[in-house]
Amino acid sequence: MNIKHTFTTSLTGLTTNRSRSALTILGIVIGITAIMLVISLGGGAQALILGQVQGLGTNTIAIIPGREPTGPTDVSALYSDSLKQKDLIALQNKANVPDLKSIMPTVISGGTAAYDVNAYQVSIFGASELMAEIFDLHPDRGEFFTNDDVLSRNDVVVIGSKVVEHLFGNDNPIGQKIKIKGRNFKVIGTLPSTGGGSLFNFDSMTLIPYTTAQEYLLGIKYFSRLIIQTYTDAQVTVAADDIAKTLRDSHNITDPTKDDFTVQTQQDLANRLGTITSALTWFLVAVASIALFVGGVGIMNIMLVSVTERTREIGLRKALGATDKDILSQFLLEAVLLTAIGGLIGIILGALLAFVIAIGLSKGLGVNWQFIFPWSGAALGLGVSALIGLVFGGYPAKQAAKKSPIEALRYE
Amino acid sequence: MTNIIEVKNLRKAYHDGITETVALSGVSFDVRKGEFVAIMGPSGSGKSTLLHLLGLLDTPTSGHYSFNGKMVTSYSGDELARLRNKEIGFVFQSFNLLARTTVLENVKLPLVYSDVPEHEWDERATKAIEAVGLEHRIGHYQAELSGGERQRVAIARALVTNPEVIFADEPTGNLDSKSGKIVMSIIQKLNEKDGKTVVLITHETSTAEHAERIIRLMDGEIESDIKVAKRLTADDEYIK
Repeated sequence: MNIKHTFTTSLTGLTTNRSRSALTILGIVIGITAIMLVISLGGGAQALILGQVQGLGTNTIAIIPGREPTGPTDVSALYSDSLKQKDLIALQNKANVPDLKSIMPTVISGGTAAYDVNAYQVSIFGASELMAEIFDLHPDRGEFFTNDDVLSRNDVVVIGSKVVEHLFGNDNPIGQKIKIKGRNFKVIGTLPSTGGGSLFNFDSMTLIPYTTAQEYLLGIKYFSRLIIQTYTDAQVTVAADDIAKTLRDSHNITDPTKDDFTVQTQQDLANRLGTITSALTWFLVAVASIALFVGGVGIMNIMLVSVTERTREIGLRKALGATDKDILSQFLLEAVLLTAIGGLIGIILGALLAFVIAIGLSKGLGVNWQFIFPWSGAALGLGVSALIGLVFGGYPAKQAAKKSPIEALRYE
Repeated sequence: MTNIIEVKNLRKAYHDGITETVALSGVSFDVRKGEFVAIMGPSGSGKSTLLHLLGLLDTPTSGHYSFNGKMVTSYSGDELARLRNKEIGFVFQSFNLLARTTVLENVKLPLVYSDVPEHEWDERATKAIEAVGLEHRIGHYQAELSGGERQRVAIARALVTNPEVIFADEPTGNLDSKSGKIVMSIIQKLNEKDGKTVVLITHETSTAEHAERIIRLMDGEIESDIKVAKRLTADDEYIK
């Protein structure tokens, strides 16, 4: 029997039991739909996060106090005060880091901001005037603080949209004085809303000169982060090396495993976040695969019933000249057709759902969530569903082929 | 005339692990090409077992079987399937047509497993359907046919690969007497006009008397093997 007739025979077998065939593939449809959905949404989330990280500019390098612990006993990894003024000066020295275009120290804390009777819990972000450029911030009212404000430790603040809303309502905050941790600051600018989907939420932030934050608010001499930009993206790797060497010199460290700081490039961050989202995606795929497996068992169950039910048909076909192989391929193909059709429906359904959800997320959260058609998921889904057909259809098909023609014909 | 079937000491026993049940305890006989043989016997006499062995649906426990000059006792499953397809036509008591399938599709079924080129299938099937007088039913589904008509479709299916031998297992067993007569007339005509060898199982003497020769089985052995003195003649009326 040639392929074409095996195919038509199998198809006839399936279409004579339409509703049963449809119910049988439901498990596969659900499984593949889930996998498609998870992979598509995972891809969308990854694209969104990476887009935001890279939006900071891939020529950006962050220096964080402390190192990544090498083990549970590595407690001294948790430095928080290792980045100091002398490091800033060392890094600004062109001889040490020639590719450094700009460096911005930051101090991060939290506290309450108050105006009149209104109070609001805010993040306090001490930065320099470079903040506006590095994070691409454009005040919608007023302006950003200047280098002079930083040098003179002025009590000026730029506030996010949520802070404006909670402290001032619809009033114009520019020129007003707000109290942050009990100290008066003059509002010189406000930031437009960045939306909930942003990686850095500036909406509930108060931005003040880092010098003011160190001196008057926190009474500390160290920095929370040093943000550095190089002239070009290509210089990032070399600059990161130069930075590490400079800081080791400045901190008298000879063994790189004893570093009390971490140099993080945007690429590192992007890679790490990418790893996290794809790990999460694949975990969910694994969960969805359970549905597929259950669907496969369902297929095997129904195929076994079908083989028993059609014992006479098998006997007849054998009496009329069908070989074991003919019967085997007929039933195997029936199973594979079932699962492949189920897979196809699942792929379409999953993509459709992901598309609808992508639109919903874009509109609902106001973020640029892109629909990604997961080609890998589609190929995987189709391959896996066909494989399920082969694996779970194999046993029933073998049972069918094994039947002796007279036993089959005698079967009532 | 040459023998199409030569059987020597054919034996078939079934084991259920503890006891052995002998269905056929060494039978020997020949069937000539073009002969019409009826095998009779009470139930349990081994006549069905014998037909299954002769029809290559089952393999004997011991003994020799030569079918159309081939020692088929040593053939593989695939080789037997090929022989069944090319040289044997089956007619069963319960018709065994495919459900939800038309007359034409049912008759074409053996061709699917043959090496007959596909463009000849419809022509061959139509001819076989005409030979049993059912050309007006060609597009009907089996559910729309009477029992007699279903058995005629089964005969057409048995004919479609142009086999040497037709094996019929109680072909009239599920039919009323009128339909049974029509079916037997068709089978007898196939034997007389087309020269097909026919081996038929029945427990009705009236059916057996369409044959030239009756082999009676009892307890797995041949009890008698006699020529039919006064054969019934084929009735041509069925076509109307």
